[in-house]
Amino acid sequence: MSEKRNKTLLHCTVNGKERDDVVKDNLLLADYLREEIGLTGTKIGCDGGECGCCTVLIDGVPQHACLRLAATCQEAEIETIEALAEQNRLSALQRGFHEKLGTQCGFCTPGMIMAAEGMLRENPNPSEDEIRQGLAANLCRCTGYVKIIEAVQFAIDELGSKGKAA
Amino acid sequence: MNEIKPTKTIGVPTPLVDGPEKVAGKAQYSADFMPSDCLIGRIFRSPVAHAEIIDVDISAAQALPGVKAVITGDETDEAYGILPIARFEYPLAREKVRYKGEPVACVAAIDVETAQKAIDLIKFKYKELPSYTTAQEAMAEGVVNIHDNRERNIEREVDYDLGEVDEGFEAADLIMEETFNCTEIAQAQMEPHAAIAEYDPTRDFMTVHASTQVPYYGHLMLAKILKMEESQIRMIKPFVGGGFGCRTECLNVELICALVARAAGGTVRIVVSREESFITHRGRPETDVEIKIGLTKDGMITAVDFKAIQRGGAYSGYGIVTILYAGGMMFGLYDLPAVRYKGFRVLTNTPPCGAMRGHGVTNVRYAFESLLDKMADELGIDTLEIRRKNLLQGPKYETLNEMFINSYGLPECLDWVEKASDWKKRKGKMGPYKGLGIACGHYPSGASKPVNWSGEPHATVHLKLDWDGSITLLTGAPEIGQGSTTMATQCAAEVLGVDMSRFQSLTSDSKFTPKDNGSYSSRVTYMVGNASIDAATNLKNILIEAAAKKLEVKPEDVECLGEVYRAGTQDEGLTFNEVVKEALVGTGTITAKGNFDTLPESWGTKKYRGGAISGSMAYAYAAQVVEVSIDPETFEITVEKVWAAQDVGKALNPLAVEGQIEGSVWMGMGQAISEGTEYVNGLGITNSMLDYKVPTIIESPPIEVGIIESVDPHGPFGAKEAGETSLVSFIPAFVSAVTDALGVRPLDLPVTPDRLMELVENSTSNKEAAE
Repeated sequence: MSEKRNKTLLHCTVNGKERDDVVKDNLLLADYLREEIGLTGTKIGCDGGECGCCTVLIDGVPQHACLRLAATCQEAEIETIEALAEQNRLSALQRGFHEKLGTQCGFCTPGMIMAAEGMLRENPNPSEDEIRQGLAANLCRCTGYVKIIEAVQFAIDELGSKGKAA
Repeated sequence: MNEIKPTKTIGVPTPLVDGPEKVAGKAQYSADFMPSDCLIGRIFRSPVAHAEIIDVDISAAQALPGVKAVITGDETDEAYGILPIARFEYPLAREKVRYKGEPVACVAAIDVETAQKAIDLIKFKYKELPSYTTAQEAMAEGVVNIHDNRERNIEREVDYDLGEVDEGFEAADLIMEETFNCTEIAQAQMEPHAAIAEYDPTRDFMTVHASTQVPYYGHLMLAKILKMEESQIRMIKPFVGGGFGCRTECLNVELICALVARAAGGTVRIVVSREESFITHRGRPETDVEIKIGLTKDGMITAVDFKAIQRGGAYSGYGIVTILYAGGMMFGLYDLPAVRYKGFRVLTNTPPCGAMRGHGVTNVRYAFESLLDKMADELGIDTLEIRRKNLLQGPKYETLNEMFINSYGLPECLDWVEKASDWKKRKGKMGPYKGLGIACGHYPSGASKPVNWSGEPHATVHLKLDWDGSITLLTGAPEIGQGSTTMATQCAAEVLGVDMSRFQSLTSDSKFTPKDNGSYSSRVTYMVGNASIDAATNLKNILIEAAAKKLEVKPEDVECLGEVYRAGTQDEGLTFNEVVKEALVGTGTITAKGNFDTLPESWGTKKYRGGAISGSMAYAYAAQVVEVSIDPETFEITVEKVWAAQDVGKALNPLAVEGQIEGSVWMGMGQAISEGTEYVNGLGITNSMLDYKVPTIIESPPIEVGIIESVDPHGPFGAKEAGETSLVSFIPAFVSAVTDALGVRPLDLPVTPDRLMELVENSTSNKEAAE
């Protein structure tokens, strides 16, 4: 049986919902999200910090959930792929990845979209080079990235024209 | 009256039917199923590359509280493997271990910490044997055989010649030969392998979810190694995070998971690490190709003589097929009057290779295209033009190995890349350290002879139509991200003339869906697409009969407009739902079935043993131009632009076809510039996504895709393969461009900056020495 170990009372916000959870100190944020809360949209594709599949936003900044202990997220605001759709309507980025085929197998997609989301919040109108820089920590093995860039550009256009209309 | 038309879906760029789940994070992959009572499985792996097993002591592990089962090779004495003639692999090693990392034991425990602790308590006693990392070592005189009945570790030797080879070389004005080494490549698919096995002891029933491209083959092997009735097993393939051939055969992961679940009497989940995914491997074998080509001074090929040696790894896998493909697919791209082939598939103490994207074809095609390129330069013939000179001649395209070729869009592919890249103006005039290169490639649309000869059709699709007017497409074809479910839905929707929104789909669940051989060798669009057309045609006939009855006319007088069935233009007609209601009278829910089978003419040649391999109903063709620039100081290569033309017969879904071609080009680029596995004493030292270098978004080039449609007479709406051919042609086109930029020709893959720098320095010092 597992030994007794240190635990932390974690107070944080996940996808807008306040949470108080007792978590083991060695629990990775990725495992906390997937196994404790059931948010399996966040994927694990490597043995730590290599692929970007588990990218989530922590206080608005894209980070690898597999390189972060849940217990260190005290008072943090965490956002995962499940939070992006508004009232079940896909966000502009999600629509871009769907309509432009920025997703094939879909395994890198949640992390890729969260990295793009973080980038667009910081810089709503990135150039192609800036898109490449912003997604450089996320690997995709299906698309060759051509349609991923198009997907992000689709979202930039959509968000831009929405901004103008408002 | 409004004009009523059937809805068109074929040829329309169509986002994937399962796309919304993927972008919303709702798509569930094998590792995402976590029932509350689920045990965690962990695998104990061999620490050595080759050894006799003396003892696997699991007593301490079994005694650890929280451990529910520990199993070893004693659990089953049944071997598995994709080819019925080469099944020597056990889910857990018995008597011997043959590669470092081979599974030896498995633990199921209540949590991951306990499972790992139990793994650490397993005592493995063994007697080490000599191990062989390279094919040359493994084939040497006096070696220890890794398997019985495989003398000098040769899995299969292939030796044949077709046409008058010696006469061909006598007739040649220029003969050149070269040797190429192509490093072993891993799929590095984004989703690590995972399985969840649920054993129900009350019913003696096993349910398995697994990340696989071949749930049916997995089902067969589960029954074999569990010694259970096939009817007592349910095999489900959930969403799968990429294949590329890494799971085109049943893997030990799902087999071990099922064995340990039965031993534990419950549900076990095994999610292997990235490192273990690399160890499970099934990638493209390291290949040495020696090739000699004869040309007339006009650039016509007179003869080809080539030899391929593949380092297969510790078990057969698809190996025999791979070495036969390497020979058989020499044919069918150009007109070759005489060919001699010698192939060696060699067993080594490295993880087993498999059927990676561009299976068997890629490395040999690279060697051929590169040497042809070099010879064109020698003869002063344009490298694009020399390919035009050697095209197959129609209308009946005959090859020495009797390939069934009815559509051949290679000439149009060459025209497209020539124009799009402005080849005539730019080739050879790019300036220092810039280059342009060209190459071609081809690939089958599924193997015409099945792996298991059962007499069943190659593909079966069911369409279930019910009272609500919705149609459910049921197919065993594994959707792995390539868009197969979208494709099958498009085919059925097009035949019925209705919008795709009428369709739902259910794929790859043995309880509901018809059997399918799987997603590999580019078979799905061709075979399952045709089966879907057949099913929809049968369903449409039922609906026309029903409409005729209701309208009181003859069936041949009914016009189907998709949402409306009518008798003559003046007739208001019946809506789709009205026809459905009529069709269900007296029969209830309708399931229309469709099949596809290959024609015997496509089953390959009988001129040599193994001639069935490379027999296909159709071949896709590609021509590619690659532009590179090279940093004169660091020799870092930048792929500036790629023009990729592929004859896909007919682009059923142009969006998905583009995606497949872009992905293929890019994966070829990885092999060309940076990828490769490495082993030290059998230990993989590139088993992470940092050490195994797939290109990132930074170094990935813009790719312009040219879709060429030759409309194959037997393909679904004329379609052929779209997902492998362009990988094959990238690599030689890239090396051709590097040669154009530097004036020296790299031979070995990958072409890394350090290798390139050494090559240029050697060439400069050789030139100086000559002067």
